[in-house]
Amino acid sequence: MARTADQGQAIDIRVAGVTKAFAGTAALYDVHLNVRPGELLALLGPSGSGKTTLLRIIAGLAQADHGQVFFGGSDATTLPVQKRQVGFVFQHYALFKHMSVADNIGYGLRVRERANRPSKAEIRRRTSELLDLVQLSGYESRFPAQLSGGQRQRVALARALAVEPRVLLLDEPFGALDAKVRKDLRAWLRDIHERTGKTTVFVTHDQDEALELADRVAVLNQGKLEQVGSPDEVQDHPATPFVMTFLGQAARFNAEIRDGRLLVNGRLVSAAAPKAAIGQASLYCRPWHLKPVPAGHGHQHGLISGVRRLGSMRRIEVTQVDGTRLEIEAPLVTPLRVGEEIGLEIQDGVIFREG
Amino acid sequence: MSDLSAVLAPPVLAQQSVVTEHKLVRQLAITVALVFLLLFVVLPLAVVFVEAFRRGLAGFLAAFQEADALAAIQLTLTVAAIAVPLNLVFGLAASWAIAKFEFKGKSLLITLIDLPFSVSPVVSGLIYLLLFGAQGLFGPWLMAHGIKIAFALPGIVLATIFVTFPFVARQLIPLMQEQGTAEEEAALTLGASGWRTFLTVTLPNIKWGLLYGVLLCNARAMGEFGAVSVVSGHIRGLTNTIPLHVEILYNEYNFVAAFAVASLLAGLALVTLALKSFLEWRHGADLASGTHR
Repeated sequence: MARTADQGQAIDIRVAGVTKAFAGTAALYDVHLNVRPGELLALLGPSGSGKTTLLRIIAGLAQADHGQVFFGGSDATTLPVQKRQVGFVFQHYALFKHMSVADNIGYGLRVRERANRPSKAEIRRRTSELLDLVQLSGYESRFPAQLSGGQRQRVALARALAVEPRVLLLDEPFGALDAKVRKDLRAWLRDIHERTGKTTVFVTHDQDEALELADRVAVLNQGKLEQVGSPDEVQDHPATPFVMTFLGQAARFNAEIRDGRLLVNGRLVSAAAPKAAIGQASLYCRPWHLKPVPAGHGHQHGLISGVRRLGSMRRIEVTQVDGTRLEIEAPLVTPLRVGEEIGLEIQDGVIFREG
Repeated sequence: MSDLSAVLAPPVLAQQSVVTEHKLVRQLAITVALVFLLLFVVLPLAVVFVEAFRRGLAGFLAAFQEADALAAIQLTLTVAAIAVPLNLVFGLAASWAIAKFEFKGKSLLITLIDLPFSVSPVVSGLIYLLLFGAQGLFGPWLMAHGIKIAFALPGIVLATIFVTFPFVARQLIPLMQEQGTAEEEAALTLGASGWRTFLTVTLPNIKWGLLYGVLLCNARAMGEFGAVSVVSGHIRGLTNTIPLHVEILYNEYNFVAAFAVASLLAGLALVTLALKSFLEWRHGADLASGTHR
């Protein structure tokens, strides 16, 4: 997983039992998380899940009530933010309005103690090098107000990289940008990460962004860490119903486990093999786990309430007897019309024990 | 569509926006405002200067050759030189605390900052007399230790500080709240110390608002009458500020001198107004909106 880094060795971050109680939203409860050296990790969750709070605690911008944060094995819990050597990128850029692009990027070097401060010429050289990296050469003397959102965020990243941080932390870095710029910057961030090899954590509420960009995804919900895993792991083997439903569309069915076999509405589901021997369970199915069959067959039935074209497939919305709706995927050739009754055959799914 | 709107809109008003009043109403409103301004602002201000120069330039200058007048000017400058910097520091500290941190009693603090605006200046002066006067709470102790506060410079400074302390804070609080803490946090993550962050990030962002507040604070500090009048004791050449000196001259029917000295204050007001307008015109965006008192 670790890449060859050209600027020093990438370090790991360990969050051990971090708890933070807030009056109101975004609390954290006993969060344990290991970020591997050089990896790009996404903190994914809905708003109020505590993902930004966790990032700010790692950065030292917020203090945990309990728990510790380790950087490269050494305890950083009580280290003030100035000494943590983190590069932090804010959702709304937080560029210094009254400074030029070059002055913004050089700020972290200029405020160093005299003994560690590079010479003016050296700062200039580093600044222009970073401007090159973020593809903004020639913008040195512009002011933040004269830049587009995407350009501002690139300046913010260059500013964070200028101090040669041990880790890079980004708080919803593309949250304030429009869809097209977002897409470009994603690829570009991936590229920068490959080149610098720094351990990077970014916060997002956009599952596509997390799954596309990250080496691993940490899913947070209501202050608790639900699952950490590669994009494939969290999608194919979600640890909790929340992860299953947050990462994409999912329909839920009541299921029963009897003699090691899974039954929905009394009919056997062949593909999904339960681990437990007996009891009630929930079965969550993605649209492609369900196959349309003639009415009267399959595990479940309902009325077709909508048909949409989605690329090379059709998305069919089915209203079940109890009024809840679900979506299934079917080949284009399947002759289906709105208002028809239809049966659903469950071909696959993820089982969660009731509780 | 066009024929429909032609039917709906009265032909005469077709060009007018819905918020534009009838021409007559507009002219009436403008006239009333102008007459009012002329009567209550421009005319009195003009009278001050006309009366001051009634006996020519020589008569005007004579008012400033008097020792008491010079003492009053010096005292006013001294008071402002102490009160304004102190209120600058206090205003910065208070608005910093209010805008950047969450703490208990925050709304109480905001209310307290506004207090001098709602308390009559005479009452503010009396408070200091009741505290530091000869019969006051700390009076006997102060007297025993030979410290003079009431009817002396310290008392005048205290009363002036009290009356003028909302100006800087009131100007900065909304400005700092609007700006939030993200830039400061960015500076901290880049390794800047708290003090360095304040100097290089916070201060440049609020400098025009700060200047604006200081300007208003200074104008009020130099022009304050009520509170100072109570604590000063009106000792000529010793505890008379410019406004108090004007009153004494006027009561002695020395009109030319009274208006000449008053024209100093009027001039100060005009300069303040000009600077204030310049700041609003040049740096309006940095002054935060809707907070001008």
